[in-house]
Amino acid sequence: MSDYAIRTVHLTRTFNNHIHAVDDLNLEVPAGVVFGFLGPNGAGKTTTLRLLLGLLQPTAGTAIVLGHDVRTQADAIRARCGALLEHTGLYERLSAEDNLELFGRINRLPGDERRTRIRQLLTDLELWKRRHEPVATWSRGMKQKLAIARALLHRPALLLLDEPTAGLDAVSAAALREDLARLAYQEGITIFLTTHNLSEAEKLCQQVAVIRAGRLLAVGSPQELRRFRGGQVHLVVHGLTPGVLDGLRTTFGREAVESGPEDGHILLHLASPSPQSVASVVTWLVHQGVSVEEVYHEQASLEEVFLSLVQEGEHDA
Amino acid sequence: MRDIQTIMWKEWREMFTRKAAGRGTLLSTLVILLLLGAFLPLQTGEAWFTQPLALAGWAWMPVFLTLGMVTDSFAGERERHTLETLLATRLPDTAILLGKILASVLYGWGVAVLGMCLSALTLNIWLKGGPYFYAPALFLAALGLSLACTALFAGLGVLASLRAVTARQAFQRLSLIMLVFYFLPFSVQLLPTHLRLRITEVFARLDMSGLMIVVTGVLLIGNVGALYLCFRCFQRTRLLTD
Repeated sequence: MSDYAIRTVHLTRTFNNHIHAVDDLNLEVPAGVVFGFLGPNGAGKTTTLRLLLGLLQPTAGTAIVLGHDVRTQADAIRARCGALLEHTGLYERLSAEDNLELFGRINRLPGDERRTRIRQLLTDLELWKRRHEPVATWSRGMKQKLAIARALLHRPALLLLDEPTAGLDAVSAAALREDLARLAYQEGITIFLTTHNLSEAEKLCQQVAVIRAGRLLAVGSPQELRRFRGGQVHLVVHGLTPGVLDGLRTTFGREAVESGPEDGHILLHLASPSPQSVASVVTWLVHQGVSVEEVYHEQASLEEVFLSLVQEGEHDA
Repeated sequence: MRDIQTIMWKEWREMFTRKAAGRGTLLSTLVILLLLGAFLPLQTGEAWFTQPLALAGWAWMPVFLTLGMVTDSFAGERERHTLETLLATRLPDTAILLGKILASVLYGWGVAVLGMCLSALTLNIWLKGGPYFYAPALFLAALGLSLACTALFAGLGVLASLRAVTARQAFQRLSLIMLVFYFLPFSVQLLPTHLRLRITEVFARLDMSGLMIVVTGVLLIGNVGALYLCFRCFQRTRLLTD
């Protein structure tokens, strides 16, 4: 099997000939990782999920999911994927057990295995005691948990989740994230999740991609993305004169150097703040007779990275 | 076949186990069974077995039981946001479509068959000097008519449901279609006199079983057409984007 669970090649989906929901998307999701697909509302996240499941046909390009082409082998893809889409998709008049029983049958799990697996998942997610109740009477958090259990029931190789914690309160969302991380580890599967919750992506995902208006803006690990956006280096110094500050700006770039709000504080904006680049600034300052007391690196948060990427994307558009 | 059975299991489970609606379904089934299995045959007496018009007239009644089920089949799932999840499973299109149609057909037709058998049992208990039963040809024709009728409306109901936004809209569409069927016999009035006479002549020559077979044949052709249209309209992409 390929090292990639998902590979999209110029994947494009247009609605009504002019709305580019997904626009020339090239993405590689390694097998076995939790991959976050970030984007603001209407960025094309849900459409991408539908394309990956073969529920929508691409207008151009294609995607290979678990080695199968979405254009021609959608059935095979759906058989090996678990999905929690925009809505939980639970049959609310049925009990939790019946819901899982149905999807166990759909996925052709043999009777004994089906019952064991249902019991295991419901126990794991602390839903076993309420398995006979109609799902309609459950809280939103419990329904989300059940929907995840349903998606995992047939031990899929790939789990596709569309904003799994959307609409949950902070406590329920944290509990669900914890369950999700644990189950993903236990089952050893690839998870592709869309979200606009950046702290969620940071906590759960080994890799993230940022999408806006159907276009991929960046991809990498959360750490890589933060590094990619640079960050700030703070230097606390003594003996900084306006002349030295000017010289520093001339040497290292006017935009990169900012004097702090108070005297003796320099803020550096470096595109890639490597130890070497910081060291060269420090050496230069020392040569100018400035004493450097403290150097500390403040990395951009994923939220800052995301916002700056999205704003840049808007600007480019 | 297993996938079709799974969908049928789901449909029946949803229909009979939901708390409030489940009771309603059971109640309406019971009312039809009482009507078809006891009240009407007792009103008709021995003629129930010999006057095929009575049997033919009531054989289509369980169609009404299936209307709610078929109009809810896709539009209801769309309304309750379960359709996309169902379409995202490994189930083939045929299984989803046939499962939904067959679930309602077997339910409606099952009630019809049960009603006919129950009516025979009721009359045998009520009347002395039995045993009584329908003439085999008549019984088979009635069964065929009932099946073809239920299947046709199930197919048309699913067709209406495939594109409807809500189950209510699907029901309204199916009601319009049923209205057309209701007024169809009256449209004979619009034909030229010589054609009307010819049709009357043909029908006069048929016995009741023969007439039922002819009607069943026409309904079967309608069934094939409805099923063909259902398969044409069932496209996962269109079901999600329309």
